Amino acid sequence: MTVPFQVAAPRTTPVANPLFEYLLRHGDDRLVLGHRLSEWCGHGPILEEDIALSNLALDLIGHATSILALAGTVEAKGRNEDALAYFRDAVDYRNALIVELPNGDFAFTLVRQFLFDAYSVLLWDALSGCAHESLAAIATKSLKEDKYHLRHSGEWVVRLGDGTEESHARAQSAVDTLWRYTGELFDPDGVDESIVTLGIAVDHAALKSRWDGLVSDVLQRATLTVPVDRAMRGGGRTGKHTEHLGHMLATMQIVARSHPGASW
Amino acid sequence: MLSREEVWTVLQTVMDPEVPVISVVELGIVREVQVHDGGVRITITPTYSGCPAMHEIEADIRTALAAHQVPLLGIDLVLSPAWTTDWIGPEAREKLRAYGIAPPGRAEPQGLITLTRARQPVACPFCGSSDTHLQSEFGSTACKAIHVCHSCRQPFDEFKAF
Repeated sequence: MTVPFQVAAPRTTPVANPLFEYLLRHGDDRLVLGHRLSEWCGHGPILEEDIALSNLALDLIGHATSILALAGTVEAKGRNEDALAYFRDAVDYRNALIVELPNGDFAFTLVRQFLFDAYSVLLWDALSGCAHESLAAIATKSLKEDKYHLRHSGEWVVRLGDGTEESHARAQSAVDTLWRYTGELFDPDGVDESIVTLGIAVDHAALKSRWDGLVSDVLQRATLTVPVDRAMRGGGRTGKHTEHLGHMLATMQIVARSHPGASW
Repeated sequence: MLSREEVWTVLQTVMDPEVPVISVVELGIVREVQVHDGGVRITITPTYSGCPAMHEIEADIRTALAAHQVPLLGIDLVLSPAWTTDWIGPEAREKLRAYGIAPPGRAEPQGLITLTRARQPVACPFCGSSDTHLQSEFGSTACKAIHVCHSCRQPFDEFKAF
């Protein structure tokens, strides 16, 4: 018997500050994925890749810092990027579920990275021309870096998919597992609609269509099968996370919470 | 009180902590110097978003200005226009090469997706040979890539065109 996948609950609750909420979503995506990537530091399969994943982690945490700092300003309640990163619990995180899943094997990490990078590059491209000056500046800068992230992860997807029988099987398994978490990235809600008046209007349908084209092109080159869209899992954007996020945050936040106000 | 030009000269002495042969001015990190009655305001921009050296650079700027008794009103961080290696001048590029780091080429505007690289081999900073290959796009710092020279058989860093 097939167990139906969880479908995100209808989101009708209006949020008080949609721009703050919007910035949290995109800041949290990068903070959580950056932390996941940092877990590879010292564990990479080869030295170069260990360094590469740590480099990507640094960039993503840098992007998260810029976005969360802006979120703190927009919220205007005196929280800076560190307060937002270290003193919110899992229910207050707004990242998509795909970035909080444990790293799995190397193929899983790189396939996830590729699916996210492709989304991120297209999102930044759309936001780099938006009317919100600070967000546009972050988007333009992050886009430059995410482009080479995408090149790196895309090359690995091709290498693994079109590699050995073992690497192909692992890459395909990663694609199949991760696919149901990709829908959440392109699922606009009231928050997205509310900020259109601020000049931040991303056409999610167009974004999804460009992402589909890019992702299928690379997966085909990697001799991997593109899954058919099926029931998607969501909830992260409204704070309904998998069990994994809390465990990750416990590790990430322990030092800051044990020594509040410490600096080093 | 120092003049604007004199403040720039002081900042020329602040070296990048990770590539200590070129200054933060030569790297293009310092964007603007404003001299007011009560002191100076400096505007800087990060190289890479996650560059861990930014805090160090800020501290070094404060120290250098303090050593010249220049009151600092503040250091502002801007993201736009986004930093590019094209701001590094010819003299600084020569310093990089002499230090053993291949200087960046021109930062080509790239399409969104460039899976296949059609890159010219980077000349070895030690022997000048172009018989080199890219070992990894990610090196000891965010701004460097690792290459290997087949001629003198040395690995070397390249300051990535970005």
